[in-house]
Amino acid sequence: MDMTLNSLGRKVPLELPGVGSFAPYKSPFAMLGQPGAFAGTQMQLRRPAPARSKVIENIEKAVELSGLKDGMTISFHHHLRNGDAVIPMVLDILRKMGFKGLTLAPSSIPDAHDCIADYIRSGLINRLYTSGVRGELGKLLSGGELEIPVVIRSHGGRARAIEEGSISIDVAFLAAPACDPLGNITGSTGPSACGSLGYAITDARYARHVVAITDNLVEYPLNPRISIPQYLVDSIVCVDSLGDPKKIATGAARITRNPVDLKIAKDSFRLMKASGILEPGFSFQMGVGGASLAVAKYLGEYMKGKGLRGSFGLGGVGGYMAGMLEEGLFDAVFDVQSFDSTVTSSMQENPKHIEIDASWYASPFNAGCIVNNLDCVILAALEVDTDFNVNVLTGHDGVLRGASGGHQDTAAGAKLSIVVAPSFRGGVPSIKDKVTTVTTPGETVDAIVTERGICINPRREDLLESALKSSLPVADITALKKEVEKLTGIPHPAEFNYDKVAAVVEYRDGTLIDTVYCRK
Amino acid sequence: MKLCRSMLYIPGDSPGMIQHAPVFGADSILLDLEDAVALTEKDAARKMVACYLQDYDFKDLIVTVRVNGADTEFFDYDLKEIIPCSPAAIRIPKCNGPADVLAADKKIEEIEKANSIPVGKVKIHAMIETAVGVENAFFIASACPRVQALTLGGQDLTADMGVQKTKEGWELFYARSRVVVAARAACVDVYDTVWADISDKEGLLKECRSIVGLGFTGKAAIHPDQIETIHQAFMPDEKEFRKAIRIMEAAENAKKEGKGVISVDGKMVDAPVVARARHLLELADLYGFERSGS
Repeated sequence: MDMTLNSLGRKVPLELPGVGSFAPYKSPFAMLGQPGAFAGTQMQLRRPAPARSKVIENIEKAVELSGLKDGMTISFHHHLRNGDAVIPMVLDILRKMGFKGLTLAPSSIPDAHDCIADYIRSGLINRLYTSGVRGELGKLLSGGELEIPVVIRSHGGRARAIEEGSISIDVAFLAAPACDPLGNITGSTGPSACGSLGYAITDARYARHVVAITDNLVEYPLNPRISIPQYLVDSIVCVDSLGDPKKIATGAARITRNPVDLKIAKDSFRLMKASGILEPGFSFQMGVGGASLAVAKYLGEYMKGKGLRGSFGLGGVGGYMAGMLEEGLFDAVFDVQSFDSTVTSSMQENPKHIEIDASWYASPFNAGCIVNNLDCVILAALEVDTDFNVNVLTGHDGVLRGASGGHQDTAAGAKLSIVVAPSFRGGVPSIKDKVTTVTTPGETVDAIVTERGICINPRREDLLESALKSSLPVADITALKKEVEKLTGIPHPAEFNYDKVAAVVEYRDGTLIDTVYCRK
Repeated sequence: MKLCRSMLYIPGDSPGMIQHAPVFGADSILLDLEDAVALTEKDAARKMVACYLQDYDFKDLIVTVRVNGADTEFFDYDLKEIIPCSPAAIRIPKCNGPADVLAADKKIEEIEKANSIPVGKVKIHAMIETAVGVENAFFIASACPRVQALTLGGQDLTADMGVQKTKEGWELFYARSRVVVAARAACVDVYDTVWADISDKEGLLKECRSIVGLGFTGKAAIHPDQIETIHQAFMPDEKEFRKAIRIMEAAENAKKEGKGVISVDGKMVDAPVVARARHLLELADLYGFERSGS
């Protein structure tokens, strides 16, 4: 494999056999700022005979009508979270129908779908494009069982790849929580309601053929909300269930009581305050896990106390953000992916809760995505390094166990990107000399907040000055790394087989930011 | 001695919590070998706390240890293992009278001598958590120089009195007042009991303000999230802070000029007022109050 060094000193391939050629990563905005348009993928045109229903008997028939052949690309969305039964259902039918060598290009893979490992082993799938992999599948890929390396893309990067044609979806199988007989779809009603269908909208717009799979066929016309319009949907199959409603409609994540997470959250909030961004009309995104969600708690209390009203919240939206909208703390919430069941009702009932597609959310190659308007984002990390690079993809053992998600998109777009991480987990330090895998470049990370101190990127002298002025516990990242290592020791680095690539990690602009090798 | 507004309880059998102790901003921590540790874990907790005291860098935290009561089989083992590690103080539960303190003092002195630790280095924080303890508070506080503080144990005390512990805390009003006066009379510190409802910060702040008003020097916390609220209650008022600066300036001028009488804002002030002003300025330093521009 012909490799080259990118600007972060990471070795990346120039070409992946069976996938295509790549340029090495240069800088976060190297590919942007160029005037004029360039040719992308066009919406696929069709000439069906006029009909009053697109409902067909079963998935087998839908597959036949789609013209799917060995070696083609299929896609799914992951909005049903761990309750999804559609991906395994369709893959099982495709296996039984004898398909081989398909490219699987879902928006991401729910944690529960270890079965995909079996479909790779059986030969049904031989290429994988995704945002993340975990569990058995991660172990399988890191063990080198897939001949062609996986391409990892961010949510914005995937939208870009679809729009520019790097991912060319032949058939999109879209779980549809509510669907009418002509294929108008929404995710916000029905027994398997999941909220936003943001990632699926992009797939529907560009796929050559779209199959809607629903457990809730409603009378025409679906109303009042339509996420995916009928003119993008070719056929509809009714099934008994899209999955486990309990795992689809999970309850809202609660604010952590873990003192370490709360300390990190409080210091992150203090940094936001010190930076001066908390002005009327500011915009914000946070994750739903531990410390990042807890930041919203401190932020919400502050906004209520000061009577401060923000412009918009963005996400990955969970119940807490929907609650902030309900309380009038933001003018609007843009929702590309809903995290829990409370969001579903907010989206249904509150017109200020706006469903957006993946490109609108984060694609760097359109006329303006929303992440570019973010004032502040709070992001988690598996590892960080002294150059402020972040790894959200591989564990300290080098095995794939995470997802790129919107991390690199929001870090690049936000004025203030704060990465939160405990200084060590399970005895393993989070700050390294070099992260195992770079998923988000340090050039786009302004601060790393741990319970033992706030590390400010030297590129942000202004932020450092503000933090010191506010008497925040600022720490030099190298000194903090040494302090933590005094407690934990320095773990042995993971051992890789550098002759075999398990995955390549795209930056959002399509350049390669890093390579994940198979484990020894 | 460093001011100690907050004292965070950490279970002695929780290494995950102990290792994070310095990051929460408490003035002191209390590694608990008593109520927080199950009977089956007493030995392990004792050994672990000893290891931490010997090897772990607690930075500028004041580290104290609550041992099991003298009426338990664990008391002597606790002292033997913990005193050689020289924590700042040992908190002794259920001190009912001066004899309890003197008995502990004797045992601690023996261990200090055997381990070449200066006698009296490891202080005693005497817990008042029985009705008889409250009535003997002054004698406990002044039993020996090793006693550095009285601490009120609200849960056990209300149980001993046969009453319910309430959020309003009227059932503890007398005990609190009595213990504070006893501690002040004996010139030792005095710490209030914990606020049990972690989610009720408003209630905590109200109680903290009330115990600051009574004269407590610090309060125990059962969750790191309570520390900021406790500190908030101890924060000096800006007006009082400015007055304290004027008092200290006047006191220094009087000293230079050899005057016995100090006058501030046209009023005479005496030694206890100067002492309070000094304490208030030390407190204000913890909050980063700027003394310039006074």
